Amino acid sequence: MIIGALLGEGWAAMRANRMRTLLTMLGMVFGVGSVIMMLAIGQGAQLMVNESIASMGSNLFIVLSGSTSAGGLRQGSGTVPTLTLDDAQAIGELTEIASVAPNLPNNAQLIYASNNWSTQVLGTTPAFFDVREWPVVSGEAFKDSDVRSATRVLLMGQTVVRNLFGDENPVGKMVRVKNSPFLVLGILAAKGQSLDGRDQDDTVFVPITTAQRQLFGNQFPGMVRSIMVKAKSAEVMAKAEQGMTELLKIRHRIHIGQENDFSVRNLAAVAQAAASTTEAMSTMLGAIASVSLLVGGIGIMNIMLVSVTERIREIGIRMAIGARTRDILLQFLFEAVMISLAGSFIGAVLGVACAYFFSQYNDTLVVVTLSSVFLSFGVAAAVGVFFGFYPARKAANLKPIEALRYQ
Amino acid sequence: MADPLLCVTGLYKNYLENVPVLKDVSFNIESGEYVAIMGHSGSGKSTLMNILGCLDTATAGHYYLEGRDTAALSSDELALLRNRLIGFVFQGFNLLPRSSILDNIALPLLYSGKSKVERREKATVMLTRVGLAQFGDRRPNQLSGGQQQRVAIARALVTDPKLILADEPTGNLDTQTGDEIMKIFQDLNEDQNITIILVTHEDDIAAHAKRLIRVVDGQIASDQAS
Repeated sequence: MIIGALLGEGWAAMRANRMRTLLTMLGMVFGVGSVIMMLAIGQGAQLMVNESIASMGSNLFIVLSGSTSAGGLRQGSGTVPTLTLDDAQAIGELTEIASVAPNLPNNAQLIYASNNWSTQVLGTTPAFFDVREWPVVSGEAFKDSDVRSATRVLLMGQTVVRNLFGDENPVGKMVRVKNSPFLVLGILAAKGQSLDGRDQDDTVFVPITTAQRQLFGNQFPGMVRSIMVKAKSAEVMAKAEQGMTELLKIRHRIHIGQENDFSVRNLAAVAQAAASTTEAMSTMLGAIASVSLLVGGIGIMNIMLVSVTERIREIGIRMAIGARTRDILLQFLFEAVMISLAGSFIGAVLGVACAYFFSQYNDTLVVVTLSSVFLSFGVAAAVGVFFGFYPARKAANLKPIEALRYQ
Repeated sequence: MADPLLCVTGLYKNYLENVPVLKDVSFNIESGEYVAIMGHSGSGKSTLMNILGCLDTATAGHYYLEGRDTAALSSDELALLRNRLIGFVFQGFNLLPRSSILDNIALPLLYSGKSKVERREKATVMLTRVGLAQFGDRRPNQLSGGQQQRVAIARALVTDPKLILADEPTGNLDTQTGDEIMKIFQDLNEDQNITIILVTHEDDIAAHAKRLIRVVDGQIASDQAS
């Protein structure tokens, strides 16, 4: 009962000094607000990375062809056409490998009726959609028979559909790629951004043989740019990588001590690195923001100390009419905690609102979790108790007669 | 024989190591007495009053309140005594400036753990008794000095204390208002048998009391009925 009354006394003191209370609260408002917003941004970034990792498919390798080096000038990966369809087939026969999809990407202009659109045309095999875990949502995928006979069929990503067909259903329609007519077999599910921010849906897929022979003919028959490989499980990743490297070394006749003319990349490791980077970033953001919480807490202590000094006489009067040490302590502690909690509440509302506007304005993913709100709220309350305790104890330990005589 | 309400024996109070303010003060005050403690400024009468009010502690000697040795009590027990047994009336009124008149009067009840309804009721009764019922919502600085002192008296009486300690209660008031305040004390003593200890340096104020203790240089110079 007396607790409620002391809360009331704290509340009355807060109201009596509205301006000062508001200014003190500001510290907590910005502290809590920035913690919530920073955590939301960090968590949004993490979620985005996790989504693009998931969109890549799991247990993936990508085998890239090697680089040329002429007179000390070294070109990038894929500049020497060293990988072939036969390499892909051979890799597919290894025991650790689930499936293999050779890729030959290039760019081409697509025309449908009066619309045209330049996009990536990826030559591949039906296994690709299994490797990338990328389902066809409308129509059907091309088959191995299409690859064998290099038919002019294609599958479309959502972005291409939107740009070329608008609301029209493209399945069964003919589009022109490099002036050759192609039949649209199906549409793929939306995949979203890749790790590096490219729109994965802005692609069409054709059988790899069609790409090699009919669209982007070149002097090396059967050549592919890269091979996507899916291992059977995460446990055999290391063994699969070793097996592939050994196999390709033999097939490409690489001598001991000679540099490989291909490279095998473990995409899971890349994803892991990206994930831990964003995690570190969001931890850092949170840490920076929590410093402002601490500063807010010190602000409360400051004001409460001033408030105690200012009210020594009042404390003396209260003691004279029967306030115990505990009563004075609780009154000032409650005042500090109430300021802190009220500030945190405003800060939480503001933080959530800012995070929302930030995501609207920046088109970034921002995730406000309930746990981050509760966490910063709890920390703020603890800060209030911690920094309110010293001034409150100072007030409570005054001697009645000294407090009463204080001018 | 029952203990006297107050019993002071061989009381000493020093400030700053060896500056004696009270020297070997002894007296008893029975329940229902109306005592004036008189002395010039610096005589030690205010210090004596603070010790009697359990606001300060003696350097040596004993002060028994209702038979209990106050030196042996904890600060919380002393707070309880001040709350239940003693009502203070100060020269400077000592009201809380930011609280309403009614809240000021109700404050001691808050520390005795009474409910909000009970606090309100009791404070309103006391406010009416000192004739200020219509001013309950005002702040102390919106009242005259005499009115503020009556609020202070209402606050002192709200816990039904046995003892009122008044420290120069008319010091900040004009003669006529002072007389009104003194009349209230007299009524409290005669009608309700409340023990009153009045500290003053004015002879005509002290004349209201029935017993007069003169303090000179920290010692009791005389103690007689007036």
